[in-house]
Amino acid sequence: MTATTTSGKPLSVRLPRRSRRSGARRRSVIAWLFLLPFLAVFVVYTAIPTIAALGFSLTDLRGTDLRNPFAVDFIGLDNYAWLLSDSRFVRALGNTAIFVLVGVPLTMLLGFVLALALNEGIRRMRGVFRTIFYAPVVANVVAVALIWQYAFNTNGTVNEVVANLGLAGPNWLGDPNLAMPVVILLGVWRNFGTAMVLFLAGLQAVPQDVHEAAALDGAGWWRRLWHITMPLLMPTILLVSVLLTVFYLQVFDEPYLLTDGGPLGSTESVALYTYHQFGFGQFGLSSAASFAILVMVTVVSIIQLRLLRPRA
Amino acid sequence: MTVVAPPEITHDDVRVEQGARPATRARRTPEVSLYAALAAAAGLTLLPFLWVVSGSLRSLDDIRAAPGAWLPSEVTFDNFVRLFALPGFSTYLVNSVAVAAVVVAGNLVAASAAGYALAKFDFAGKRLAFGAVMAALMVPYTATFVPQFVITVNLGLVDTLAGIALPSVALPISIFIMRQYASAIPDELLEAARIDGAGEFRIFSRIFVPLAGPALATITIVSFLAAWNNFIWPLVVAQSTSTYTLPVGLAATSQAAQNVTDYGLMLSGAIVVMLPVLVLFLFLQRYFVQGVAATGLR
Repeated sequence: MTATTTSGKPLSVRLPRRSRRSGARRRSVIAWLFLLPFLAVFVVYTAIPTIAALGFSLTDLRGTDLRNPFAVDFIGLDNYAWLLSDSRFVRALGNTAIFVLVGVPLTMLLGFVLALALNEGIRRMRGVFRTIFYAPVVANVVAVALIWQYAFNTNGTVNEVVANLGLAGPNWLGDPNLAMPVVILLGVWRNFGTAMVLFLAGLQAVPQDVHEAAALDGAGWWRRLWHITMPLLMPTILLVSVLLTVFYLQVFDEPYLLTDGGPLGSTESVALYTYHQFGFGQFGLSSAASFAILVMVTVVSIIQLRLLRPRA
Repeated sequence: MTVVAPPEITHDDVRVEQGARPATRARRTPEVSLYAALAAAAGLTLLPFLWVVSGSLRSLDDIRAAPGAWLPSEVTFDNFVRLFALPGFSTYLVNSVAVAAVVVAGNLVAASAAGYALAKFDFAGKRLAFGAVMAALMVPYTATFVPQFVITVNLGLVDTLAGIALPSVALPISIFIMRQYASAIPDELLEAARIDGAGEFRIFSRIFVPLAGPALATITIVSFLAAWNNFIWPLVVAQSTSTYTLPVGLAATSQAAQNVTDYGLMLSGAIVVMLPVLVLFLFLQRYFVQGVAATGLR
């Protein structure tokens, strides 16, 4: 059957097929033309820089070599070795770990509790509360950092309250032990709205009839939360934890604006370290440090894809 | 950054009616305390906004005399007058607006074209092209800004507004939003026009784009927000005050005055930076939230 059709195919059938194939090629060309603006920006500002970051990290590129970035010396893994021996970089790694380990759970917990309260606890003014809790997400970080400095300086509005309690308020951002909590507080304040909105979307997808059936069977609120809501919400919980982890791994704006990494390097994140090395003209070193961020973010993203695959 | 299947978000609180059973007294008591707790949380959330408004309306002497006071002893708009009289401030404002305008326009064009192609065309290399969008979403900007800067220098765009705007004119999140939206538009609509002999560009511009309104609105908001609030990249590219955007100018002004911080001036600047976005947010909240929900990104 196959033989007869292929051999006995009349010319008139073959022609439209060929023209259809060239039509498909034409449509491919058009599709790529439509993609061109994005692809041009992607190649110049993402693809080449990602590869270049790796390349730079293996060289001694400095700010003075800018016009001629290919005339630098290849120094292998020296930058990476130097980073690991630099106590300041190790400190930045540790600080970034604190940002992630403290910031992520705090942000998630706040976002989750508020989403739960808005979704199940109240019947009016949900929109108003959601608007208020989301507003910090859209607030400009430079502006908010100025407010933080106004509020947390030695004579600021926060210490006004502390003074009313009869205590002497500290210089929050100037104290190596207190600066980090204040910087993290800004991160949490800026991000819990995102977590809340995502949790709210997840909660609204939890089928109501399962809850009602369990309630009829005598399951209390906590039991239902733990045994019905939480398991069904697992994909959202993973999503939010990954998004926030990626955010805090790259945290830059908050420490840069509030403390510039100080006092005594107590709030310098890896991203901020990268920026500081860049400022010193140490482009190779800076690239090596930034590549460390890329690796950490990629690892988290891969774990996320793994975890989400069974369900998706 | 990371992208996951878009969770559906319901904007109307549909379940309000469903859950409205006759409230017994036992139910009402916890609900009242919950409202109280939520109101307290809302108050804490809004506190920084209260501080910035009150601080910006306090006079220099007022802040000097009682730096920690929560309310102005006397309301004055003097700080705003001084702010706009600052040399450079109007330049920062104009620069910010110009960069945002270019970024939004670029995203509308690039995303509708690319999103349309990714959703409605079958072509060789489609997976590769979509992979590029995903890769662009995932690569952290902190990992690429050094080479980006080297490229910008070699393109001769350092210390120019074009250099600040260009990397953001085709944001992957915009393409992603448009692709998701375009996938939901039935093929029949486009096919009908194709049978009528309309060319591909005509189908795109006359049939597809008019249907893509909601996605275009979301992209406008998302890209405006990205451009207006962007900080690290303009900080790196802008080398002179003539190319500073508002956030960079504000940060520079406050750092220059490290020891004698003029909080009234700074806070009035903070308000000018925040206000356009907050006003947009109040009126177009739906699109802001859709932007987040669509991809789990900001």
